[in-house]
Amino acid sequence: MGKIRTPYLLLLPGFAFLFTFFILPIINLAQTSTQTKIAGGDTGQYEQTLRFANYVDAFVDNKEQFGRSFLYAIIATVLALAIAYPLAYAIAFKSGKYKNVLLVLVVAPFFTSFLLRTIAWKQILGEEGFLVPTLRTLGIISENTTLTSTSFAVVMGMTYNFLPFMTLPLYASIDRIDPRTLEASGDLYANGYTTFRKVTLPLSMPGVVAGTLLTFIPAAGDYVNAAILGNPNTKMLGNVIESRYFKIVDYPTAAALSFTLMAAILILVTLYIRKAGTEELV
Amino acid sequence: MSHKIKDATIPTIPLGARIQRWVGRNLIRIYAVIAFTYLFIPVAYTFAFSFNDSGKSNLIWKGFTLGNWQNPCGAPEVCSALGNSIKIGFLATFFSTILGTMIAFAIGRHKFKGRSTSNLLIFLPMATPEIVMGASLLSLFLVFKINPGFWPTVIAHIVFCISFVVVTVKARIASLDPRLEQAAMDLYANEFETFRRVTLPLVAPGIAGAALLAFSLSFDDFIITNFNSGTLTTFPKFIYVSAARGIPAQANVIGSAMFFLALTIVIVGQLVNRRKVR
Repeated sequence: MGKIRTPYLLLLPGFAFLFTFFILPIINLAQTSTQTKIAGGDTGQYEQTLRFANYVDAFVDNKEQFGRSFLYAIIATVLALAIAYPLAYAIAFKSGKYKNVLLVLVVAPFFTSFLLRTIAWKQILGEEGFLVPTLRTLGIISENTTLTSTSFAVVMGMTYNFLPFMTLPLYASIDRIDPRTLEASGDLYANGYTTFRKVTLPLSMPGVVAGTLLTFIPAAGDYVNAAILGNPNTKMLGNVIESRYFKIVDYPTAAALSFTLMAAILILVTLYIRKAGTEELV
Repeated sequence: MSHKIKDATIPTIPLGARIQRWVGRNLIRIYAVIAFTYLFIPVAYTFAFSFNDSGKSNLIWKGFTLGNWQNPCGAPEVCSALGNSIKIGFLATFFSTILGTMIAFAIGRHKFKGRSTSNLLIFLPMATPEIVMGASLLSLFLVFKINPGFWPTVIAHIVFCISFVVVTVKARIASLDPRLEQAAMDLYANEFETFRRVTLPLVAPGIAGAALLAFSLSFDDFIITNFNSGTLTTFPKFIYVSAARGIPAQANVIGSAMFFLALTIVIVGQLVNRRKVR
């Protein structure tokens, strides 16, 4: 009897907490998203209705930011994958006794506040930094091109900030590959490229899936990079939700946008997992 | 004959080809060096500018000083923000590590009805964008007329830390050799003794790693904190708010100090672990 109850007793406190402070808020958010402004009421006063048109209004008003969120997040994820894969491969197979040191180095930038690092990028890419004048002198960028306050800076900042989230799962799954399978492939006359495509990549797929998800999900909801490194024309959905909450006090629209963002992410993620064919995620 | 021998001296490979071959062989190492440089540029920048004799706004290099390091609390609010972040970090780490470890043991060690649902419930917070989590929790607090502030922030941090603790500890539990526990049972240890003297010490490094992860997630969080902290200032919030009028160099001092502190903890941890393995 006690044995059957043990797992449930272990789960109870944690799940009660998660239910109260994660599930209930999401349900509450769903309710908020269909509320209507009280006619003649003060700012921030809403009554519970079932106005699903909130979703349509919110989407139509912000479809640009919506598209931008997903576009930036996808580009940043692809870039991070391109940068992180060879890095993870190098750590797993080519680092010898320095493996642990290099792993610590991947996580180490995390220990400086990510806001400080993002602001550091803003200053490095800025007019007073050394990079822009150097590139101008070399003729790589023209006199009136700037690097900060551009979509380039936002995407670069996102790529940078989420890079460790990509590198670690990739490393974990590449490190598990038995190097003898790669040798075997070579023995069977596969060249380097074929070995990578037919052996290394399929075996590291769980890491690719986990890494892209851990990068894409926070990137799609991010607003800090856009706020620090961007301009008014690079605003993402996160920026809109934030300002709806704090500046305009328009809770229903903010809630509807949050819900749409979450639903869109879940749909994309489900499709992606289906396509990538991995189910061992957690 | 002699003519031929003379010809067979070791051919010298031209320098260009030699460089090419070396680059080809070490391409991935060269790449790794470039990637690490990219990762560390802003860290180095932050560290360098912690020595800037900058006055209020730390934008342009004005001269070297140790003054910021000698007086890290010199800028108004920096240290109270840091103190809040540390307090919140410790509380969130403590509670999320306990709750998360219990869940990890339940899922990792027991077969029961609802196990896959439990896995889903753990995965969901990780798949929810921070802004949605922060905003929804704030709506709940507002409904119950709870003012955002210190404890709402702690609660919010526990919510997003739990999943990461569960995943980390579960991975450690999964990597244990079940024969060790069987051996303890064979040696007449009861279930509780086996847990206390075999299982728990073996899982302990995983729990320590999870706690470290939870603390660094909590300490560095901005988005969820911004929604639930009201007028309370944490260290990331302090940086975000002061970004507009210029961040004092003391923030760079604290950021750099945290970097070296965390690096030291990780390295010492690894050394201790290695000695234990030996």
